Amino acid sequence: MSFLSLTDSDREEMLAAIGVSSVEELFREVPEGVRFRGRLDLEPALSEPELVAHLEALAARNVDTGRELSFLGAGIYDHYVPAVVDAVLQRGEFLTAYTPYQPEMSQGVLQTIFEYQTAICELTGMDVSNASGYDGTTVAADACFIAKHATGRSKVVVAETVNPQVRQVVKTYAPGFGLDVVEVPHRGGTTDPDELAAAAQEAACVLFQQPNVFGCLEPAPELAAAAGNAGALAVAHVDPVSLGVLEAPGAYGCAIAIGEGQSAGNYQSFGGPHYGFLAARAEHTRRMPGRIVGETTDAAGKRGYVLTLQTREQHIRREKATSNITTNQTLLALAGLVYLTWLGPQGLREVGETCMALSAYAKERLASAGAELLFPEKATFKEFAVRVGRNARDVIRDARARGVHPGYALGRDYAGMDDVLLVAVTEKRTPAEIDRLAGIVAEVAA
Amino acid sequence: MTKLIYERSRAGRRASSLPRHDLPRVDVPAGLARSRPPRLPEVSEPELVRHFTELSTRNFGIDTGFYPLGSCTMKHNPRVNERLVGLPGFRDLHPLQEQDGAQGALELMWRLQEILAEICGLAAVSLQPAAGSQGELTGLMLMRAYFADRGEADRREIVIPDTAHGTNPASVTMAGFELVGVKTDPRGNIDVEDLRGKVGPRTAGLMLTNPSTLGLFDENIEEIERIFHGAGALMYYDGANLNAVCGISRPGDMGFDVVHINLHKTFSQPHGGGGPGGGPIAVTKALEPFLPVPAVVRRGDDEYGLDFDRPRSIGKVRGFTGPFGVFVRSYAYLRSYGPQLREMSEAAVLNANYLLARLKDAYDLPFDRLCMHEFVLSARGLKRDHGVSALDVAKRLMDYGIHPPTIYFPLIVPEALMIEPTETEPKERLDDFCEAMLAIAREAADDPTLLREAPHDRPVRRLDEVKAAKRAVVRYGFEDHPDLSDGAARPRVAEAAQGV
Repeated sequence: MSFLSLTDSDREEMLAAIGVSSVEELFREVPEGVRFRGRLDLEPALSEPELVAHLEALAARNVDTGRELSFLGAGIYDHYVPAVVDAVLQRGEFLTAYTPYQPEMSQGVLQTIFEYQTAICELTGMDVSNASGYDGTTVAADACFIAKHATGRSKVVVAETVNPQVRQVVKTYAPGFGLDVVEVPHRGGTTDPDELAAAAQEAACVLFQQPNVFGCLEPAPELAAAAGNAGALAVAHVDPVSLGVLEAPGAYGCAIAIGEGQSAGNYQSFGGPHYGFLAARAEHTRRMPGRIVGETTDAAGKRGYVLTLQTREQHIRREKATSNITTNQTLLALAGLVYLTWLGPQGLREVGETCMALSAYAKERLASAGAELLFPEKATFKEFAVRVGRNARDVIRDARARGVHPGYALGRDYAGMDDVLLVAVTEKRTPAEIDRLAGIVAEVAA
Repeated sequence: MTKLIYERSRAGRRASSLPRHDLPRVDVPAGLARSRPPRLPEVSEPELVRHFTELSTRNFGIDTGFYPLGSCTMKHNPRVNERLVGLPGFRDLHPLQEQDGAQGALELMWRLQEILAEICGLAAVSLQPAAGSQGELTGLMLMRAYFADRGEADRREIVIPDTAHGTNPASVTMAGFELVGVKTDPRGNIDVEDLRGKVGPRTAGLMLTNPSTLGLFDENIEEIERIFHGAGALMYYDGANLNAVCGISRPGDMGFDVVHINLHKTFSQPHGGGGPGGGPIAVTKALEPFLPVPAVVRRGDDEYGLDFDRPRSIGKVRGFTGPFGVFVRSYAYLRSYGPQLREMSEAAVLNANYLLARLKDAYDLPFDRLCMHEFVLSARGLKRDHGVSALDVAKRLMDYGIHPPTIYFPLIVPEALMIEPTETEPKERLDDFCEAMLAIAREAADDPTLLREAPHDRPVRRLDEVKAAKRAVVRYGFEDHPDLSDGAARPRVAEAAQGV
């Protein structure tokens, strides 16, 4: 199967117009020494039905959350994605367009980005949002870069309760950016504001996560104040579906709000593609990475939208740009906008309330099943950590043999937590499913 | 004027329906609870669908028509790939699923790595980078780690030609390197004499797009390779233009040590209005130990896994193992072609040369050579004779139902029009484009105002970009909101200091 359109007679006419006798001759400027004279060692081409059969067979070797009752989270969540998201994303005019460099051809996507930026600003309580970043990890590195330029400082303080995926990416970026990363350990599941305040001295920014990696609610306003008092920017990594019930970072003094957008409108998709969001106070507008869409008027005075503030960007500023990002995650951000529109403010609050009620029920049922809450005194949102009395990876294996994935083994990232499971409960789970989880944990935990 | 979704909102409407359970409500602790709800749109589902459908009709994709946007490779996106990426086994798979429950995903990634390594002529591939620019940054990080490992951390300079994409210099800065520029010679190749004086013991490497952004294959690539490798430096291949050379010339055979591949260009991941993309990197054996973790590996005949035990790895550049949905589409695309991938590149180059042959008399051609998959014309003659710019030509093309080419790039060509038809276009579409371009050249002489005021046939006329940047209105202010107009507490002009 190929997707070519030229016939033999097309080719002959075209070669004649060019003035060459063969397609081979078109490559005469490729030096002989670097020509590839072999045939690519690839398996034979597949027809469409064969291709579908092959990929269906591969897909069948995966155990997705439809085949196994899943309480996995740790950054990616099994929230419901409404049908309207798929319908909008399959519009070819959105799917097969590129970055809206020519605004008269691209008012549709430009307006959706403007609406997305508005939704992210509303969720986070910020003044400006970019058109999206790659994911919830790279936007954290971006935020650190903004903070370095805003403060002239190079130390970055990261709470240990930030998702390890995020912390690892920040550390990978740090040498190139000239950043020193300092981590602050957790105290009983959350970050201690005094300890953070001490670390924040001379720091460019303080990065924390709300709810944090253990699912616990951080004393976020106190953490933001600790950063601010030290002259560091407070950066909150937040879960968008929590923001119907949890306070907006802008309301408690953060300079920058970032997060992984997957939970709002994207499928799990084995980790991507998803969208990262990045929003900030107005004073950081000119330091933002990536695309930003602005409102303007056309020659007839009609409202329209364009890519704006482009003097920040790599195609103009080259080595002095705020970032190298060009292709971002527009289509996934559009999914986020459609999802948030589908929910509306009431729906967003209900998702949050349902997650909280179901996870409270799950805590109770798991406690009755013999699991022990790791941080019983801490409030949580949709995720929580429990000790299961034996190696969590063994518990996962045994539970999966019974058709349930009970959560993430936190011992993979945190010392002393080999017997800890991180359990995520989204609005898709039911009390009956939670009862089933509890029953299996009672069987397989020590 | 199309309303914003917020302007369609009415208090109390909603599209969603959600499960409710008879469970006690849990309160958020005081001080952490939301104090004021976000002003998200409140619309019914029919109005939601109509809104986004209307917006889609104000957009132009490959599905709509010809889209010769140079350097972006706007080729057809096969619909079967959309069906495949939606298979529940892919779509609903959690990235932290145990490896025995993700064998199909890991196998797909491993197979895609093998295919990309073969196309690039290199030893190892990491799929993790999220886009081409992140692939660049990752490649530069690898080079940095490689030299640090060899005790050559004083190699700080990266050489970049003046035709390079803006991402190259930006990536160099982000990776902590210094930029050294090199000129282009009169045939459109790197100026080798200029280059010799710029490569030395402080040189870490070269970043090169080949064929270049001029659409020209560098005829001196073998000499360039000797200069860099002779100086102990590395060669980075920007794969933005890989669509020209699949099965024809492999970056590894040209001597490149690191390559990034744009899955959304060459291998047909839909561009999505600006992403998602995919930017895998392929490297030599010497650089493999530094690739991001985890690596996707095969163990035995039919078992696949993630290898985190890579002590010299640069670390992670993105969450999990990369944009998996992009891998599904590109893998499917590559399996559709198999070894016939060469025909794809041949058709791309034939289409571009055909357009070049038909247009080179009506527009200026800065480098009169055969081109590869794209070429650059200049409108400087139209500007000099009729006061019509490349921008005017681009806007007028819209009236003919064609997406404009890339304009004003590369920077070394004044009034540049960078045209890339791709292999999937039939001859009739190419001819329609030529007729439009030739008609526009005539219009420039006969009625230049027609061009300067174009487009005439789009949902909006030319937009005031200066005003947009000056006002910097980057979100809706709720001034005209039917229910919330008095709720606009904060100014929406996101502007503080001018400049940086």
